[in-house]
Amino acid sequence: MSTETLSQLDVDRTRGDFHYPEQHTFDAGSGLSHATVDYISNVKGEPDWIREFRHKALDVFFSKPMPTHWASEDLENIIFEKIRYYLANAQRPTRSWDEVPDDVKRTFERLGIPEQERKFLAGVEAQFDSEAVYSNMKKALGDQGVVFVGSTDGLKEHPELFKKWFGKVIPTGDNKFSALNSAVFSGGSFIYVPPGVKVKHPLQAYFRINAENFGQFERTLIIADEGSEVMYMEGCTAPKFETATLHSAVVELVALKGAKIQYVTVQNWSANVFNLVTKRAIAHEEAEVKWIDCNIGSRLTMKYPGVILKGRKARGEVLSIALANNGQHQDTGAKMIHAADETTSNIIAKSISIGKGRSSYRGLVHIPKHLKGCKNNTECDALLINSTSRTDTYPAITVRGSGNSVQHEASVSQVSAEQIFYMQQRGLSEAQAMSLSVNGFVNDLVREFPMEYSVELKRLIDLEMEDSVG
Amino acid sequence: MSLVIHNLHARVVGGQQILRGLNLEIEKGSVHAIMGPNGSGKSTLSKVIAGHPDYEVTEGEVLLDGVNVLGMEPDARSRAGLFLAFQYPVEIPGVSNANFIRAALQARLAAGEELEATEYYGDLYKEMDRLEIPRNFTARSVNEGFSGGEKKRNEVLQMAMLKPSYAILDETDSGLDIDALKVVSAGVNALRGPSLGILVITHYQRLLDYITPDVVHVLVAGRIVRSAGPELALELEAKGYDWIRDELSEAALAAEPVHA
Ligand SMILES: Nc1ncnc2c1ncn2[C@@H]1O[C@H](COP(=O)(O)OP(=O)(O)OP(=O)(O)O)[C@@H](O)[C@H]1O
Ligand SMILES: [Mg+2]
Repeated sequence: MSTETLSQLDVDRTRGDFHYPEQHTFDAGSGLSHATVDYISNVKGEPDWIREFRHKALDVFFSKPMPTHWASEDLENIIFEKIRYYLANAQRPTRSWDEVPDDVKRTFERLGIPEQERKFLAGVEAQFDSEAVYSNMKKALGDQGVVFVGSTDGLKEHPELFKKWFGKVIPTGDNKFSALNSAVFSGGSFIYVPPGVKVKHPLQAYFRINAENFGQFERTLIIADEGSEVMYMEGCTAPKFETATLHSAVVELVALKGAKIQYVTVQNWSANVFNLVTKRAIAHEEAEVKWIDCNIGSRLTMKYPGVILKGRKARGEVLSIALANNGQHQDTGAKMIHAADETTSNIIAKSISIGKGRSSYRGLVHIPKHLKGCKNNTECDALLINSTSRTDTYPAITVRGSGNSVQHEASVSQVSAEQIFYMQQRGLSEAQAMSLSVNGFVNDLVREFPMEYSVELKRLIDLEMEDSVG
Repeated sequence: MSLVIHNLHARVVGGQQILRGLNLEIEKGSVHAIMGPNGSGKSTLSKVIAGHPDYEVTEGEVLLDGVNVLGMEPDARSRAGLFLAFQYPVEIPGVSNANFIRAALQARLAAGEELEATEYYGDLYKEMDRLEIPRNFTARSVNEGFSGGEKKRNEVLQMAMLKPSYAILDETDSGLDIDALKVVSAGVNALRGPSLGILVITHYQRLLDYITPDVVHVLVAGRIVRSAGPELALELEAKGYDWIRDELSEAALAAEPVHA
């Protein structure tokens, strides 16, 4: 049956737009209540402290209003009663692709995940709806003490480490959606890198939504111990449904003294996904955290990765690219909270708005008065492809005291008809000309990305431009 | 084999008429020059041939080796063999020259075919050397921050790389210093041959000393009013355009003034 389904599926140019019939052993049903939370906790066989944590979080979620006083009204279109909060086939991921059910395995093969794993990854976790179906890491890393498991295994197998940091970087009540995630989270990664261990190749998580009327709520916690280094990459896709899909993750990073964490996201959700994600890091003394965040897909994304620069000489960076096509609103940005002397932060945000697409930048840079020698550089550039495209910038910079420096630059430019004509005169189609301009616009940023991801990003931009012209 | 412009009438979309019945034939292997007063329609002619969306053709045809190109997209015309060296080349931030020319060449290949990188750079460097363009130029963004002369050299470099069958050079000489003019002219002359027809638009006889045309045309008020050998350019240089206007019948000019 599944083979037939596959051959019937016309492979859409948007590579993630296909889905298989659902067959879930575990289904929490539609709607959200304390019973939903108990269902999830029971199925996972969780300890009591986490069950209580979830119930409290649900109350916080119910008590908090939608942030529509500053954010998009479109949020009102999320019907929480219609969403299914937990769907899974099995509780535990396998370590071999051969043991992954056929449909699911084929899904990830079409997305190229096993191939990437063979080529350049140190470990992969593949999540399908609510749970990881596959999780594996190179043996050598395990021998060095590196932990790379799902959130459930993380909290069960490494309770001390987990409890110490879980919910500490992003408290439950940070915002309505962090509370929602805290109540119903499932999947995501728990990573621990021991002192001094430098993980050479990236660890990757791939988040796949297959089901309709579904919400995915992965929870990731990465702890890089003193002097260690790790790069984590995440990708995601979902088929396009008529109804809204919700993805609401919480990602917490802890970089201890001198540690380095790079977190790379290429977000390519289909255009019916509300992508409401909270991501934040704590950087201790001389630690470095770099968020590389590319938002290409989704209906509405709200995401402002942040770094709390807690230790002396800590360094935080957000490099972000957002592409908003017709019907999309990319509301992205960055937060840098300086909390120690000589901390530095750098934000470079580039957005591209096509057709009626809208992109917004929201930045927060906070440097309190008593600190000395802090630096922030913020650059946000917007490119408009059509006169109907829209971009807004909402920078909030609070710097007090004289021993600190902040630099802020913003620009808005438009691809001109003369540029397109010039390129067409050289033989490039209108779509090729536009993607060349867009790639040119993001080029200096993309150069900072890991190679494999810059190739993927370029390919996605090409597809978007083809669609916008075609 | 030729580029034939037949009874071409064109206007700015929803605006003024600029070309008013223009006829011209450029055979492969030949070099034609167009001279004419400012605002007479020379650049408009080149852009209409290339398919610029600002203009609409109200009458006439443009045949490239017998094929009417007027219904084709600008990029299809380019791939069919038409090249335009712009009077005002456009800047494209972030896109390197090497990548731009490469993309243009790649666009000429069949689906699935890949441009061979070492061969490409070999060709590119050879043409750059001929035009005395320094190597660091490949990494710079297309025309961004280029001097006027550098932009014009870049146009000729692109022409050399894309190997068109018909090339229109719109005031490629303006902005070039004397030495650059020699280099660029030598570059164009190197491309002359039986498989290329060239139309040079210029205000100055000086260019035609280096790129000797077979025919010189005078464009006034949207049409060709005189065509002759290279000596016509010398005459124009000496006397300006008024004598031609005077010689044209009063009636024709009264009906359609030069600056409508
Ligand atoms: N897109 C346009 N919109 C409005 N007017 C235009 C447009 N393009 C050309 N024109 C007008 O048409 C006339 C011819 O312009 P064109 O640029 O073809 O002249 P030219 O012969 O190339 O002049 P020059 O020698 O100064 O380069 C001018 O009066 C110009 O202002
Ligand atoms: Mg002109």
